[in-house]
Amino acid sequence: MLNGFTGLLLLQLAGEGIARALSLPVPGPIIGFMLLLVVLHLRPRWTMPLKLAADGLLSHLSLLFIPAGVGVVMHLKAIREEGLAIAVALAVSTLVGLAVTAWVAERLGKRQPAPESEAARDA
Amino acid sequence: MREDFFRLWVYLSTTPLLGLTLTLVAYQIGLLIARRSGNHPLVNPVLVAMLVVAAALALSGVSYQQYFEGAQFVHFLLGTATVALGLPFYERLAELRASWRSLVTGLVCGSVAATATVYGLAKYLGVSESTARSLLPKSVTAPIAMGISEAIGGVAAMSAVFAILTGVIGAATGKIVFDLLGIKSMMVRGFALGAQAHGIGTARAYLVSADAGAFAGLALGLHGLMASLVLPWVVRWIL
Repeated sequence: MLNGFTGLLLLQLAGEGIARALSLPVPGPIIGFMLLLVVLHLRPRWTMPLKLAADGLLSHLSLLFIPAGVGVVMHLKAIREEGLAIAVALAVSTLVGLAVTAWVAERLGKRQPAPESEAARDA
Repeated sequence: MREDFFRLWVYLSTTPLLGLTLTLVAYQIGLLIARRSGNHPLVNPVLVAMLVVAAALALSGVSYQQYFEGAQFVHFLLGTATVALGLPFYERLAELRASWRSLVTGLVCGSVAATATVYGLAKYLGVSESTARSLLPKSVTAPIAMGISEAIGGVAAMSAVFAILTGVIGAATGKIVFDLLGIKSMMVRGFALGAQAHGIGTARAYLVSADAGAFAGLALGLHGLMASLVLPWVVRWIL
């Protein structure tokens, strides 16, 4: 657990360093995410300790959004004037986005032959 | 006695301990209420906890800055958790190899549809240009949304607010939308949640299934990456 957590922090640090050094528009943790994929690919043996730490963090991902979320509640006053229009725009566009993403992915996914059915045809 | 209590309170309200404890207690309350409702999507533990903390701050007169002194330790781990999202994703690379084309096409279509809808509707409803621009990156994770917002003439703090609100709305309504469309695949459901409702949607997906969570994390990362590279250019050409 501690080994894995140290590993995750090192990757975050490396990601942050790269993002800043090259002034990339992508935040450090996202670079760290990609570095993790590279590390796991090169060193599959490291999967277990990293997985322990990752599972621990991700099982309580919701918790980590609370401080920022409270900030949002405190900031709501600032957008009160345009509040209704913003709420409508956010709600409608989110529903549209969810529906389009899922519908397109599902439709195209069904058109592509799944690997299992190919195997079945071969057999 | 009263004086003593007052002094104690002045001390406690300035230590990080208070904000940190409040965050964890509020989260437990949020989880408890969510579980009581059978993990109903509308009863989102993040939303419940946010409201509990905001109410506690309003009642006690503790400022958000004081609260954040303690809560920052939790907040900081968001970055580490983002790195950690790579792991469940790595374990599902085989599934991804089979269906990445349909998922990425869905991501792009959904992103364009949501971005066009939010800007169009906001302008139609008379929202100011800078607020409308701040709305554009609302379906990417808050830290990326803030960076994009600055690049396209929005207000970074506002974009963070809109991103989190979008996450809460998406996490609460995803199940209803997917059920209406008859989408059963946990991979597609999770992916769409992560693509549109980023971190909070991903947290919701993890609550439902590890598969959904893994693909939500992937979608969150992909959308953030894509939006930060593409959105500034698109805005410069079109708007």
